[in-house]
Amino acid sequence: MSIPRYAPVAVLGILLAAGLVAPLATGETAPGFWVEVLIGGLMAGVLYSLVALGFVLIFKASGVFNFAQGAMVLFAALAVARLAERMPVWAAVLAAVAIMVVLAFVVERIVLRPLVNQEGVVLLMATLGITFFLNGFGQSVWGSDIYEINLGIPREPMMVLGNLFEGGVLVNRDDIAAAVAAVLLVGALAVFFRKTATGRALRAVADDHQAAQSIGIPLNRIWVIVWSVAGIVAIVGGVIWGGKLGVQFSISQVALKALPVVILGGFESVPGAIVGGLIIGVGEKMAEVFLAPPLIKEFNLAGGGIENWFAYVLALLFLLVRPEGLFGERRIDRV
Amino acid sequence: MFFRENGQFKSTYRADMQLLPIVQDRYFMVAVVAVAFLAVPFVTTDYLFLSIINPFLILTLAAIGLNLLVGYCGQISLGHAAFMAWGAYAAYNLVQRVPMLNFLIVLVLAGLIAALVGMFFGIPSLRIKGLYLAVATLAAQFFTDWVFARVKWFTDYAHSGSVSTAPVTLFGWTLDTPRDKYLFLLGVLIVFTLIAKNLTRGHLGRAWMATRDMDVAAEVIGIRPVYAKLTAFGVSSFYCGVAGALWGFLQLGSWEPLAFDLNLSFSLLFMIIIGGMGSILGSYLGAAFIVVLPIALNQIPRKMGVPLSTAMAANVEFMIFGSLIVLFLVLEPHGLARLWAIGKEKLRLWPFPH
Amino acid sequence: MARGGPSPLTVQMASIPVQAEPRASAESDTAPSRHRIGPVILAVEHVSLRFGGVKALSDVSFDVREHEVLAIIGPNGAGKSSMLNVVNGVYQPQQGKIRFRDRTFDLMTPHRAATMGIARTFQNLALFKGMTVVDNIMTGRNLRMKAGIVAQALRIGPAEREEIRHREAVERIIDFLEIQAHRKTPVGRLPYGLQKRVDLGRALASEPDVLLLDEPMAGMNVEEKQDMCRFVLDVNEQYGTTIVLIEHDMSVVMDISDRVVVLDYGRKIGDGTPDEVRRNRAVIDAYLGTTH
Repeated sequence: MSIPRYAPVAVLGILLAAGLVAPLATGETAPGFWVEVLIGGLMAGVLYSLVALGFVLIFKASGVFNFAQGAMVLFAALAVARLAERMPVWAAVLAAVAIMVVLAFVVERIVLRPLVNQEGVVLLMATLGITFFLNGFGQSVWGSDIYEINLGIPREPMMVLGNLFEGGVLVNRDDIAAAVAAVLLVGALAVFFRKTATGRALRAVADDHQAAQSIGIPLNRIWVIVWSVAGIVAIVGGVIWGGKLGVQFSISQVALKALPVVILGGFESVPGAIVGGLIIGVGEKMAEVFLAPPLIKEFNLAGGGIENWFAYVLALLFLLVRPEGLFGERRIDRV
Repeated sequence: MFFRENGQFKSTYRADMQLLPIVQDRYFMVAVVAVAFLAVPFVTTDYLFLSIINPFLILTLAAIGLNLLVGYCGQISLGHAAFMAWGAYAAYNLVQRVPMLNFLIVLVLAGLIAALVGMFFGIPSLRIKGLYLAVATLAAQFFTDWVFARVKWFTDYAHSGSVSTAPVTLFGWTLDTPRDKYLFLLGVLIVFTLIAKNLTRGHLGRAWMATRDMDVAAEVIGIRPVYAKLTAFGVSSFYCGVAGALWGFLQLGSWEPLAFDLNLSFSLLFMIIIGGMGSILGSYLGAAFIVVLPIALNQIPRKMGVPLSTAMAANVEFMIFGSLIVLFLVLEPHGLARLWAIGKEKLRLWPFPH
Repeated sequence: MARGGPSPLTVQMASIPVQAEPRASAESDTAPSRHRIGPVILAVEHVSLRFGGVKALSDVSFDVREHEVLAIIGPNGAGKSSMLNVVNGVYQPQQGKIRFRDRTFDLMTPHRAATMGIARTFQNLALFKGMTVVDNIMTGRNLRMKAGIVAQALRIGPAEREEIRHREAVERIIDFLEIQAHRKTPVGRLPYGLQKRVDLGRALASEPDVLLLDEPMAGMNVEEKQDMCRFVLDVNEQYGTTIVLIEHDMSVVMDISDRVVVLDYGRKIGDGTPDEVRRNRAVIDAYLGTTH
């Protein structure tokens, strides 16, 4: 085989980079506007990464693909929003953490333990069931209106880089807060995984369930911990998304956007979730702003909306050239 | 005791391989079909046809399609309603642009178009499996949603993809009452059920099941994964395409892309999980369950004097669906069809305990 | 050197009872339906296989002659299963070629191996758990079933007749393997020994020229092993099928094989008749270990 294994990915990467720079190259776009779209895409990507992190955490430690992560984000956001009506926001968040831990216990007991030896697809469908249940339950308990989460961040966007680009670049403050929160969260997770005993145990379990059990790591407790951590990640995601868009049912659909992120990055990679999220975020925004208008004109389309499927098609292309994701590991089937 | 197959020996392979080898099953099936054709049309109200029976027939057809792909061939598809959309819109285009075509031909052509699209979106299954494939199939769903909302040619330049159809006429018989539609749908479903049974009994069905159970070993025997998987996607999408066309023309009358959205895809998946994967009977049972449940949820609290608000009913429905999915996966992964088979086993011994 | 008397393995190898009809007389055609051992039908040439940093096979070459029974032996992890997987096309070696009859292949795929008449069984029984015994063996006939989709869908004449024809072939195999009572049982429910027979049946169903058997007698008791030996020998004698088998039980190897190839740590360390191999110093050392 003379073609190196990474060649198709490189080709895809070059094509994408070319597409990225094309609007600038044609000279029709103001550089400042291009940067603005880029930053907007990066910010959206950060939000996706936050949700994708939850997926990755659970998959790493238990091999379960948690389709319910989006529902957990919504549930957490609803909890914080409604509790914050009666107590300060920080107390609401703490209460939400407690609730998510209880949820983790319940899920482990009722769903994960009985299905422990089934294959991935069965567990995926079980998490689909959890999604529906959680959506229904959350809205029954907390209500189905749109709720606000007020984090005290001013709404007006900031103007940055005024000296580099004419007119400067508009950036939303809550997006910046989201990026900061994401960095802090990833940092905290990195410390947790590397420096604490529980974190080490989690990494052991992710590597090999049976080996971990044989050295005395209690699998069930680990799974409760992992789902609790994913629940906390869901709270962070929920608070940020909810603060930005208002807490409403459509947030649970965010999970559907985060799936291509995990595919791109690899199911088991935390850096993959970040990088994948950024790529998807940027790709989507750029496609919607720069690719859609020519397409609309060329094919006489009734409007844009490309961003609804662009992420998926992008993930699909990546899957075809690199099935394990950018940071994932190749699996070899032993017969 | 009444259901025992004692004394029913087969002396030819042909007899052994037939669809209903046990005599009691044959009588039962004849009785069911007779009742369906001769008795039901006279005792059922239009409301029952419209809200329960006709949807049940069409969704069973779609569920069989999805079951062939997921239950028999082991490929997951989370966005299968997309192929129903392709069938529906294809049929619409054919009826609009080629009005003299017989509706049966329209159905077959719509199915073929959906099959081609299905095979195209099934190409990822050749390289990826399991969870990755599940996500890839969502691409089909979202892309299809977009195509029919935005690409005006596909909807004959209708506004935002909403289309309307006239009642269907077939050999001079206009299907405008629910009873007429019921008879037509029943006929179509029976034919397609027989075809599905035949396919799963033959070497294609075995190729599918081998790919599902152990694809490396299947390849070693000489079963080409490309052939098995793409035919599964193709046939499955054909069924869903026809079902989609029937859904649009005979159930909805007029529709928009949202009629075939992700929720319908999940409903189909739930039908085969609850009904039983890898079982044609399971498709029937699952579809019946999913169709009846919302109505039961609506009527039963009302009859008990505790009416639920629409929003609350929807939430309770979500909770019940979710719990049932988990319950079935934990307790009986082979669904209602397995419970049925267990019931038949008990029936062989009844009234004796063992 | 091992001290304190001969090791269990040397005892085992030395105490193989001499059979009435030793396999060494394979060249003669006194037995009624024995096929004469023919020219080389399958050759493995300088095959090397690596998984990441692990070398599974290093420069292995050997021949298999038509109609013979060749045993591949070696300690655990020697690369025996990997060798079969390479012949079969499941693994692609980094170096080396496979020669089948007179055609050389750089790249063998499972499908190509199947169409050329190479069939195999698996160490871990890759049976189709969701299907019955009959259906499992019928899948072995898939390459020969030609009816198209529409013909199958409508189950019209030719499709039905083809199905019946192949069912007859499968029933002959079921008779041969003496599993008639279980033909409608889902294979997952059968005991291990019977599952192994179904695995063999499925491989036989494709009427192969070369049959690769990966530890066909693993986990069996004495009676089951005798039955399996009988089946393997019958297949070789009646149909002339060339057999390549991986086996750990030395008495079986000495009894039924014409030639033996020995692998250790991915290298070939012995190649010859059972007697030659049994006396080969390197082979004995590999099984017992030596002090260096």
